[in-house]
Amino acid sequence: MREGLVVNIGRLRLKNPVMAASGTFGYAEEFKHFIDLKKLGAIVTKTITLKPRVGNPPPRTCETPAGLLNSIGLENPGIDRFIDEKIPFIKSLGVPLIVSIASEGGVEEFVSLAKRLDRVKEVSAIELNISCPNIKNSPQSTVYSLQKNNGQLISQDAKATYEVVKMARKATRKTLITKLSPNVTDITEIAQAAQDGGSDCLALINTLMGMSVDVRTRKPKIAMVTAGLSGPAVRPVALRMVWEVYKKVKIPIIGMGGITDTESVLEFFIAGASAIAVGTANFINPRTMIEIISGLEKYLARNRIKDIKELIGSLKI
Amino acid sequence: MKPFQITAKIISNKNIKNNYFEIVLLAPQIARNALPGQFVNIKTSEGFEPLLRRPLSIHRIGRQSRVASLESKEGKEIIMLYEVLGKGTQILSQRMQGEFLDVIGPLGNGFNCYPLSAIRYPPILIAGGMGTAPLVFLAERLVHSPQSIVHRKPLVLIGARSESHILCEKEFKELGCEVKIATDDGSRGFKGYVSSLLTEILSTVNCQPSTIYACGPKLLLKEISRISLEQNIPAQLSLESHMACGIGACMGCVIKVKSKKAKGKIDDEYKRVCKEGPVFEAREIAWE
Repeated sequence: MREGLVVNIGRLRLKNPVMAASGTFGYAEEFKHFIDLKKLGAIVTKTITLKPRVGNPPPRTCETPAGLLNSIGLENPGIDRFIDEKIPFIKSLGVPLIVSIASEGGVEEFVSLAKRLDRVKEVSAIELNISCPNIKNSPQSTVYSLQKNNGQLISQDAKATYEVVKMARKATRKTLITKLSPNVTDITEIAQAAQDGGSDCLALINTLMGMSVDVRTRKPKIAMVTAGLSGPAVRPVALRMVWEVYKKVKIPIIGMGGITDTESVLEFFIAGASAIAVGTANFINPRTMIEIISGLEKYLARNRIKDIKELIGSLKI
Repeated sequence: MKPFQITAKIISNKNIKNNYFEIVLLAPQIARNALPGQFVNIKTSEGFEPLLRRPLSIHRIGRQSRVASLESKEGKEIIMLYEVLGKGTQILSQRMQGEFLDVIGPLGNGFNCYPLSAIRYPPILIAGGMGTAPLVFLAERLVHSPQSIVHRKPLVLIGARSESHILCEKEFKELGCEVKIATDDGSRGFKGYVSSLLTEILSTVNCQPSTIYACGPKLLLKEISRISLEQNIPAQLSLESHMACGIGACMGCVIKVKSKKAKGKIDDEYKRVCKEGPVFEAREIAWE
């Protein structure tokens, strides 16, 4: 391990800045045959809800130019089974565990999930998924009363974002990460709200809303019609948003969106990310993260850079 | 069974007929461990077009290459049969002998191969179109299993659009299987769907087949599923689905299954075609 790759996210120290993006890495066990999981900087789980969720009807995924549309709908076993069945394996790896959580019913559910995970010592950090485009929130929820329009995501409303982050902050002393949606006019407003609410860190971006049509049948290629776009196609959008947010907030940013190799990671660092997450690329090449970690080591050595933190926000304009 | 991610050399990649291709890859780890019904996930191009891998079921294990004959009699090649339908298979069909492909496999849950001696009546294998591919591997295993009794060879029903689309008839016959053909246009054998041929056979034969193994288009499998449940014949169906990862992580390739409706349990349930499948028992699938 190289000291030069160590980064800090809140009070969380990572041996390297490379982690798996939520929803693209299952609960890590799915990848055990392909890579040495112990080498990863951190593992972010698929999003967990209070109760089990069966997810959306298929078809759930569709390939697009250099991209992937998905509408899984947060299928997960619920917090109880997650703690009992999934944590033991991840614990055995000794890699920091970041648990992504989402609410099906207002801010209270975020609070109970955060409280619950606060007591689980294997959990290093909590990521608030307030930006999944593929679930329909209940209109009765408290969060909704904070919003102007139904069908909005929490992360599309600065006030709702602030409120959810603030409540979750009160519920846990663990490092808190807020995951932001790119489906907004000005992401810096939302980023600022999350910072004001007490988030230790920001993760961006979640997927971009998109759709695809089978022209032969005139049916949408995804059962839920619209879906979240990821993959190399979204990388320039993600990078632009990391740069915008970096200029406005003080807390660290985990950059993600279409990262496939070392060069794309460096782009994110230079634009202002303090760590990165690999998502869709895990599906295509399970070794992507491991290749990136050794690629970063080589890059630092070759360019005589002692500490990767020197790169953060080093964009020359 | 542990899957591998390997760089496999293309031994050959040739057009069989129409849009059908056969690719032979040198992949000893996969060949050694693969079971009938399992698949491999192939990166067809170096770049992001297409972005995702292409899942192809394993058609046979090959023992052709010199490497294999020098070292041992164990098969070192995996053979896949595919139809050029879209961008991914188009690119794959242009990859040349001697080139290398990034391949993950063997993946998924294969067929449950009951030794032929352990069962009273031979099984029926039903192949619809491209679904023929994995059933050749299955027939080989059924026939060559040490416990098998020679005269209990499986009956194979092949369904195709027309005579020119019939696949693997020779391979099944060489294994000693009885083969019956159904074509949509009647250009060869029974005129109509292979599921109707199955109904006809079941009504004329006194004995029930021990098991039905089937692979093919969704509507065919749905119909076979209905027939098998009606006649109380266990059926193992190999399903197809678009996949993002193929290794059980993305939850993208799911199909709806019948839930157990236990107390406090959720109503609908999904299973991953790539992990719990691609082979499912007919009775567990909740057809839409």
